Amino acid sequence: MQEVIQGIPLNWYITLSSILFCIGVLGVLFRRNAIIIFMSIELMLNSVNLLLVAFSASHGDVAGQVFVFFTMAVAAAEIAVGLAILVVMYRNTKSVDIDVLNRLKG
Amino acid sequence: MKDIIQQVAVLLPLFPLAGFIIIGLLNKRLSRTLAGLIACGALLASFIVAFIIFENVSPQGTEVHVMDWINAGNFTASFSFLLDPLSSIFLLIITGVGFLIHVYSVGYMHDDDNQNIFFAYLNLFIFFMLMLVMGNSYLLMFVGWEGVGLCSYLLIGFWFKNKSYNDAAKKAFIMNRIGDLGFLIGMILIFKTFGSTDYKTVFSQANGFFSGQGVITSITLLLFIGAMGKSAQIPLYTWLPDAMAGPTPVSALIHAATMVTAGIYMVARSGVLYALAPISMTVVAITGAITLVFAATIALTQNDIKKVLAYSTVSQLGYMFLGLGVGAFSASVFHVMTHAFFKALLFLAAGSVIHGLHGEQDIRKMGGLKSKLPITYIVFFIGTLAIAGIPPFAGFFSKDDILAHAYASSPVYYVIGLLGAIMTSFYMFRLLFLTFFGEFRGGDKIHPHESPKVMTVPLMVLALLSTIGGFLGVPEVLGGSNRIDKFLEPVFKPAQEKMLGGEGSAPEMALMVVAVIAAVVAIWYAYKKYIQDKEVPAPEGQRIPALQKVLYNKYYVDEIYSAVITKPLDKISGFLESIVETRFIDSIVNKTGTLVNWVGGLLRYLQSGNVDFYIFVMVVGVVLMIFFKMM
Amino acid sequence: MMQDSIQKFTFLALGFFAVLSGLMVVFTKNPVHSVLYLVLTFFAITGEYILLNAQFIAIVNVIVYAGAIMVLFLFVIMLLNLNKETEPHKNPYLKFAAVITSGLLLLVIVGSLKAADKAIATPYPNTGDIMQSLAKVLFTQFLVPFEVSAVLFLAAMVGAVMLGKKEIK
Repeated sequence: MQEVIQGIPLNWYITLSSILFCIGVLGVLFRRNAIIIFMSIELMLNSVNLLLVAFSASHGDVAGQVFVFFTMAVAAAEIAVGLAILVVMYRNTKSVDIDVLNRLKG
Repeated sequence: MKDIIQQVAVLLPLFPLAGFIIIGLLNKRLSRTLAGLIACGALLASFIVAFIIFENVSPQGTEVHVMDWINAGNFTASFSFLLDPLSSIFLLIITGVGFLIHVYSVGYMHDDDNQNIFFAYLNLFIFFMLMLVMGNSYLLMFVGWEGVGLCSYLLIGFWFKNKSYNDAAKKAFIMNRIGDLGFLIGMILIFKTFGSTDYKTVFSQANGFFSGQGVITSITLLLFIGAMGKSAQIPLYTWLPDAMAGPTPVSALIHAATMVTAGIYMVARSGVLYALAPISMTVVAITGAITLVFAATIALTQNDIKKVLAYSTVSQLGYMFLGLGVGAFSASVFHVMTHAFFKALLFLAAGSVIHGLHGEQDIRKMGGLKSKLPITYIVFFIGTLAIAGIPPFAGFFSKDDILAHAYASSPVYYVIGLLGAIMTSFYMFRLLFLTFFGEFRGGDKIHPHESPKVMTVPLMVLALLSTIGGFLGVPEVLGGSNRIDKFLEPVFKPAQEKMLGGEGSAPEMALMVVAVIAAVVAIWYAYKKYIQDKEVPAPEGQRIPALQKVLYNKYYVDEIYSAVITKPLDKISGFLESIVETRFIDSIVNKTGTLVNWVGGLLRYLQSGNVDFYIFVMVVGVVLMIFFKMM
Repeated sequence: MMQDSIQKFTFLALGFFAVLSGLMVVFTKNPVHSVLYLVLTFFAITGEYILLNAQFIAIVNVIVYAGAIMVLFLFVIMLLNLNKETEPHKNPYLKFAAVITSGLLLLVIVGSLKAADKAIATPYPNTGDIMQSLAKVLFTQFLVPFEVSAVLFLAAMVGAVMLGKKEIK
């Protein structure tokens, strides 16, 4: 009896992941500070990671976790470069407000 | 026999076309003599070919297929020639008289800067005229029809630096166009009724129609409208006197010998159709009759040597249509031939006079040229005798042939024709006397001189033809065999058979005698007036009797046309332009532009550069996408 | 059974915690607080990973995300000297629209999943040596992406350094 360990239904993971994702989207739309927007994007990435791991466990396939591994790697690289750009932007415009970046107008 | 025709037929129009292309392309690089040689040479070559065809023509006609032309749906037209007695006569006239006029032009246009282009245009005209006459379908005839109209425009307005000449050229072209509309609609009706525009198909199918059927009447009337325009009958005749603005060889070639006879050719060719529509025949005859008398009355008072001849041409064309209208097809064609001879002669002689007087055209300033331009005087005299219908010159036989048939149809026609003949005789001799007799009224500064041989030799040839040309059609009454009638008989036989009503008989001998006597009386009257009484027409500006004034001003027809047709049209155009054009059409176009601008302005908001907005739209897009995928 | 319900309870608690922290990330005015809340969120998610017996991922999550990336964020915030007063404010209407939109997104995602197969297998947490199987797959099947990710890091490093350099006047 004790060999059959019931896990948590996959639906719950999907729901949780969706909620976290939507909170991330909310953060992107809600805030004007570029750094907060970056962080919301990180939240979105994480929610996806969670979902991937859940499915990997469900299928018993390790490839899902490998995928998460790479996602994290890419996220890290992206943050590094993104923040560097942000710093340059601050140096030029003295503000991290994304509304300032409207030179592509027209 | 036929094989020769097959081989040479293509050459016939090719020579003048080649002449046009060569002279046209090498214009400035050719010397004047060379250009003249090429043009005349092309015509001479064409004349030789025409003669060969004439000698070998078969009575039923030969069809020479050159190439396939149009093949669209159920409409096919091939580029082919039909060479039968009718077309071969016309070919001879066109190339023969054309050749003489080309030679004459070498002398007449010698001092002109654009002489080479003149010859190019002349050759092009001959080409199109040949197309008109040689085509085997109405479509090809129309090609030639339009082409000669174009060349007429080019040649009338040859001295294009003068605005009034350009206006005359435009007038000719536009009036032709009005007639062409009729021709075109008629042609479309022909296609609709018979399924093709080829002569063979149309005429053989026409046998199945009975006389007086509505569609045939419509077709023939419409085609006649085209003839009205091209051959200057009432009401589309006013362009021809104005067309005298062109150089005299042009007047001789186009407006006397060839282009204006295109209408005659067309009606003659469509003889079967006209025979099936008695109403149209009557219309043709009446139009011809009215025109011949109307134009003759105007010619009585004109003082420009070329204008007299122009109105004379309109009148003589009226004779030809009268002949066609009463069913005397071959008589009309005969008159075409003789008219080509003596009218070309008269025009060229008039040109010789004008050339000798360095451009003077008013007969009030002429006189006494008999001794100064002897050759011109003699040939002019011969031409005048011919046109007046004095035997044994050419005009007598052809005119009497027509008058006899006219009488057979209805004596009224004969009376009108006789009236016209009297007036013709009178005004032509008036012209002769005022120009060549009496004393020179042109002042002391001008010294008239005879024209060079290159101009007088063609004159002499034409005079010869005017003298003996008539013997081709000596009627049986006088003991001749009427060879031309017999030659053309196979062509007109189907038409003659279809004509309703028998041929009335005519006391031909009596009619002839009456006509000749009337003409001689007219000559005597003119002699009395202008030589014995030494009367000279009043100079410009002097008061003249009311009737004479009306005639002199051509019954004010031009002014009537201007007031009734052109001015209202101008007003309508002006109205359309100011109201419809600017308010509606322009505003629609402008508003479209404004609309595009406005939409662009709206779309500009999409490209605000605002990152926030972009992300927002992206998310909304994703939402919508998933939503629709779900559906 | 008890185990079962404990698992479920843990999941729910962690989930709730993660969602709450996430919401606080978005709604706090002070950016530094935002960062700290995000770190909390990451920890919650790490807990979820452990529930799924994905220990490697859990640890990596803590080290990389909570440890490195968030620290980086904090450094930048301090560098730029951001605090509550310098925070730009957004148009209230747009904020409202943002909330509505993300709510719609949630609805749509959930709705689309409703159509999915209801009988999804319940996840069986992995037993056995996860590390070994992970490593085996990583260094055989996914070797190329592994190496390429190393190049990616190099590129990111070079890029960041290049961008961050001050111009030499």
